[in-house]
Amino acid sequence: MDLQPSEHNKFVHRTLPKTQTGISGLDEITGGGVPKDRPTLICGAAGCGKTLFSMEFIVHGAMKFNEPGVFMAFEEKAEELAINVASLGYDLQKLQEDKMVRLDHVHIEKSEIEETGEYDLDGLFIRLGHAIDSIGAKRVVLDTIENLFSGLHNEGIIRAELRRLFGWLKEKKVTTIITGEKGDGMLTRHGLEEYVSDCVILLDHRVTNKISTRLLRVVKYRGSVHGTNEYPFLIDEDGVSVLPVTSLTLHHDVSSERIPTGVSGLDKMLGGKGFFIGSSILVSGTAGTGKTSIAGAFVNETCKNGQRCIYFAFEESPQQIIRNMKSISVDLQEHVGKGLLKFHAARPTLNGLEMHLVVIHKMVKEFRPDVVVLDPITNLITVGSVSEVKSLLIRLIDFLQSEQITVMFTALTLNDNVTGQTDESISSLVDAWLMVRDIEFNGERNRGLYVMKSRGMKHSNQVREFVIDDSGLELVDVYLGPDGVLTGSAREAEQLLEKTGVVLRDHAVSLKDREIERKKMILESKINSLKQEFDSFQDDLNKTYVEEELRKSVLEKNRSELTRKRDGAAGEIEDTL
Amino acid sequence: MEHNLDAQHENPLDGENQPYVLRLYITGASTNSLKAVNNLKEICDTYLDGKYSLEIIDVYQQKALAKKENIIALPLLIKSFPLPEKRIVGDLSDTAKVLKGLGYSV
Repeated sequence: MDLQPSEHNKFVHRTLPKTQTGISGLDEITGGGVPKDRPTLICGAAGCGKTLFSMEFIVHGAMKFNEPGVFMAFEEKAEELAINVASLGYDLQKLQEDKMVRLDHVHIEKSEIEETGEYDLDGLFIRLGHAIDSIGAKRVVLDTIENLFSGLHNEGIIRAELRRLFGWLKEKKVTTIITGEKGDGMLTRHGLEEYVSDCVILLDHRVTNKISTRLLRVVKYRGSVHGTNEYPFLIDEDGVSVLPVTSLTLHHDVSSERIPTGVSGLDKMLGGKGFFIGSSILVSGTAGTGKTSIAGAFVNETCKNGQRCIYFAFEESPQQIIRNMKSISVDLQEHVGKGLLKFHAARPTLNGLEMHLVVIHKMVKEFRPDVVVLDPITNLITVGSVSEVKSLLIRLIDFLQSEQITVMFTALTLNDNVTGQTDESISSLVDAWLMVRDIEFNGERNRGLYVMKSRGMKHSNQVREFVIDDSGLELVDVYLGPDGVLTGSAREAEQLLEKTGVVLRDHAVSLKDREIERKKMILESKINSLKQEFDSFQDDLNKTYVEEELRKSVLEKNRSELTRKRDGAAGEIEDTL
Repeated sequence: MEHNLDAQHENPLDGENQPYVLRLYITGASTNSLKAVNNLKEICDTYLDGKYSLEIIDVYQQKALAKKENIIALPLLIKSFPLPEKRIVGDLSDTAKVLKGLGYSV
């Protein structure tokens, strides 16, 4: 489904040549990196990751882009730096031996220096120039050049020399990153931004509600379009990763293929096939309605089909989920063993919302799952406000949909929430919304499942009773009795009653049948007796008739005999004797 | 432009008459460099009374030295003896400060 009339032109107006930093995410935000052959200022408070950022710039340059780099440290010693980045898996020693990186530690101690009259910073220029020329460096980092101000007294000279330095660096055709400590009301303590006018990146490390979030913002980027938001970034064992997550373009491809839900009854409710691939599904419900079980069944089905899945658990530990799922014959351990299923369990309070997003982003990029489950999103509220959670989910859905990953959220709703609005009010964002609700009736609680919405497919409007037992999840048709919707044992009782009725009716029918049979037999016997009566009557009649005949013939015979005798045939009488 | 102005020094470890070991780093024939050389020579002649050794080094000629000696600001005068080592930057126009830096007491 391509709605673009012509090719997608994202960065067509790029006129400023840029140097890729190699830091994941930063190059996207800046549309290709920092300005080539110009200085860029990275500023921020202590401990916000300036040195790491700039070190990654150098190391990535050397390792990915074959651009040698000079790292001039005014704070840390070369050995300390090497140790610090070794924890990220970068071997600075080797890079130095390969002449790809050159570290130079500049040490300035005020107490050791006496200033007498005019001077300049030619020493620094010579040193830097020598380092650049010796390895043919294309990248330079000055971390943190502001230390000059604390090492030398004459600020006027330093300022003049810094101006000269940045001009000189531009002439040298090296891309430079200068770091600076954040000052009061200024980006840097000594106003370095005054000299570096091309690109300024501000790092921040914010702690709200005791939860820390690292943020990055491109304050200024002359001659280039850039993202203006604050982007969260993460420092972990792989270094820095920034998230350009706020790019809500709604341009992702859509799939019309389906993915089964793992509950056959639910598939039927959703047009017989399940969810769309790459869609977002919200399962909401009150406590204990089986939201996690639905998610578990979905994960199980996905993994059974050989697809990959990540389960982000914010409430239970993976072991707990696996154990609980086993009780309804869903074996998740098997899928974990096969490497199809990955759990990531963390308390929401582990880090800020943005950090959760970065972690999810990163894991998804690494694991490349087909399905992602977040269980439950309601717990994220503990680390952010409703609107923050919503914005997080928007960005998450956006990201996952662009990757064609199906995502299922579970959310807890409160009992009094009749309208069915979830706390995060994200129902408008998701493509499909299942709601599990308690139906309280006849002294028991039963679960009713509704498909509140399912974009782009025919779906059932019925309430189904949702039954969880040893064999798994099942959807039963809710029984609509004369008194309304019946669930649980009331439904079963009603069904039994119905069964009894059927038996009784069957019985009655058979009784009637026998009656007919009997009536028939009686009638038939009556017919028989009548027939016999008729036979005997007929016989009677026949008897008199035959007697008459006989009599008639005997009389005839006698008369003829007499006649013959009268005609005189005495002799004949003797003859006949 | 490398000079070795070794002067005669007797009793090298004598507390009173310790020889000064000085290295002056400069950058070619820049104004500051020339000023520094002249100022230093004058100070040495006036106060140190020949009890010193001075080496003038042009950093442009030996760029690797900049890193080795941790040089930032130039001109730079390093007094390596008597201890403690002291670094004096600038054109050495402030004689009192230079002498203080050298640990010379009038």
